[in-house]
Amino acid sequence: MNAAYLYSLIAVVVLGLIAYAGVEAAGLDGLFGLVIPYVALLIFIIGFANRMLDWARSAVPFRIPTTSGQQKSLPWIKHAKLDNPTTTGGVIGRMLLEVLLFRSLFMNNRVGFRQVGDSQRIAYKWVIWLWLFGILFHYSFLTVVIRHLRFFMEPTPLLISGLERVDGMLQVGLPGLFISGVVLFAAATMLLLRRIVLPRLRYISMPADYFPLLLIIGIAVTGLFMRYYTKVDISRIKELTMGLATFRPAIPEGEIGGLFYVHLFFVLLLLAYIPFSKLMHMGGVFLSPTRNMANNSRIKRHINPWNHPVKTHTYEEYEDDFREKMIEAGLPVEKEPK
Amino acid sequence: MQDKGKIIAGLIIFFMILTFPFWYNRGAASPAPEPELTQKAKEAKVCIADTEYMRTEHMQVLDVWRDTVVRDGKRVYVNAEGKEYVASLSDTCMDCHSNKAEFCDRCHNYASVTPYCWECHTYPEEKK
Repeated sequence: MNAAYLYSLIAVVVLGLIAYAGVEAAGLDGLFGLVIPYVALLIFIIGFANRMLDWARSAVPFRIPTTSGQQKSLPWIKHAKLDNPTTTGGVIGRMLLEVLLFRSLFMNNRVGFRQVGDSQRIAYKWVIWLWLFGILFHYSFLTVVIRHLRFFMEPTPLLISGLERVDGMLQVGLPGLFISGVVLFAAATMLLLRRIVLPRLRYISMPADYFPLLLIIGIAVTGLFMRYYTKVDISRIKELTMGLATFRPAIPEGEIGGLFYVHLFFVLLLLAYIPFSKLMHMGGVFLSPTRNMANNSRIKRHINPWNHPVKTHTYEEYEDDFREKMIEAGLPVEKEPK
Repeated sequence: MQDKGKIIAGLIIFFMILTFPFWYNRGAASPAPEPELTQKAKEAKVCIADTEYMRTEHMQVLDVWRDTVVRDGKRVYVNAEGKEYVASLSDTCMDCHSNKAEFCDRCHNYASVTPYCWECHTYPEEKK
């Protein structure tokens, strides 16, 4: 039994129960619906800026790009422009592929042995699962987040209702099934199972790996439940969220339901947790030194910008100082005195 | 070191996007609209179920109605009190709630829901 994911699971369940009990039993609608949202947003903005500025102040290493292709060389050798860029344009291309398509995960492979006759040979296998679940997870989450803007904008922009139409194009059931919600839940679950099932991954996984995954699964489950099973009154919820988005916070009259507050609390926890966790990769990916630097060390000389000016005393200066004494002592000198 | 300016610019753009709903609404209040009842609906007092249930579950009821009518050919719906209704959006629901614009569309527009009911079904003409 692995304590890391058990503790994370217990933490998520307890946090959900706190929100549910806080609203349903203790009547703390105002705390969970009005105060915590602003607090969480502030924590996110200040924490995020603080973390990024901390990184901005840190020393930038010399060019250490990972080279996954042929470096620019002699004219008849084909240069891998995107995998080993030498220009800013090439770096932008490589970063776009990295940020939008997760290219470095796509190039993942696994080493193993292959039986050839009596002997074993080393073999490399292309492993796509992390990339697949990762990209499904990220894009479905993005779609879900953009869709939720309908609760924070009045009137809802055409772009968002258009996205809803595309997302709900299957027209299954009523309220119509959104593809992104189901994909988000499935992909997050697969990412979690990957950590639990594969022994080597389980060995290196920490509570900080499980907790955000379980929290996001919690968000997805409560969201799916509210839409498809135990319905909540969406007009009242929008009244609450619009109150937040227009700085007129108020709890609308009538029943909203504890499940909504659990969902909201999970989302706000995630938001406030981002600056202190590995989820900062959303900003950090742009600062990866192995990806965002041009491999031009052999074209351009890079001088450490914070080099302290060092006082030097060359041999020539030394000889100028001691020439007569050196000649007297019979030592050879480079410059004979006239 | 020399990237500080770029990082700060990126941060500012990110926070602008993040807080976009605040800029978009500019603090204009938008309370939830109340669906308007017609005279006939007011007189009837009760719908096929209580209001709270109808507020959150009406789409599910219609979905079940559609399936039982189209697939099983059962056109009669019996509610919790044992009262019988013809399972029909146009003939039963919109008999009382004949004001689609004030009853249906207000909340649907507010919550950005675009039901495809009326792609097939007709609704009473609005009387101005």
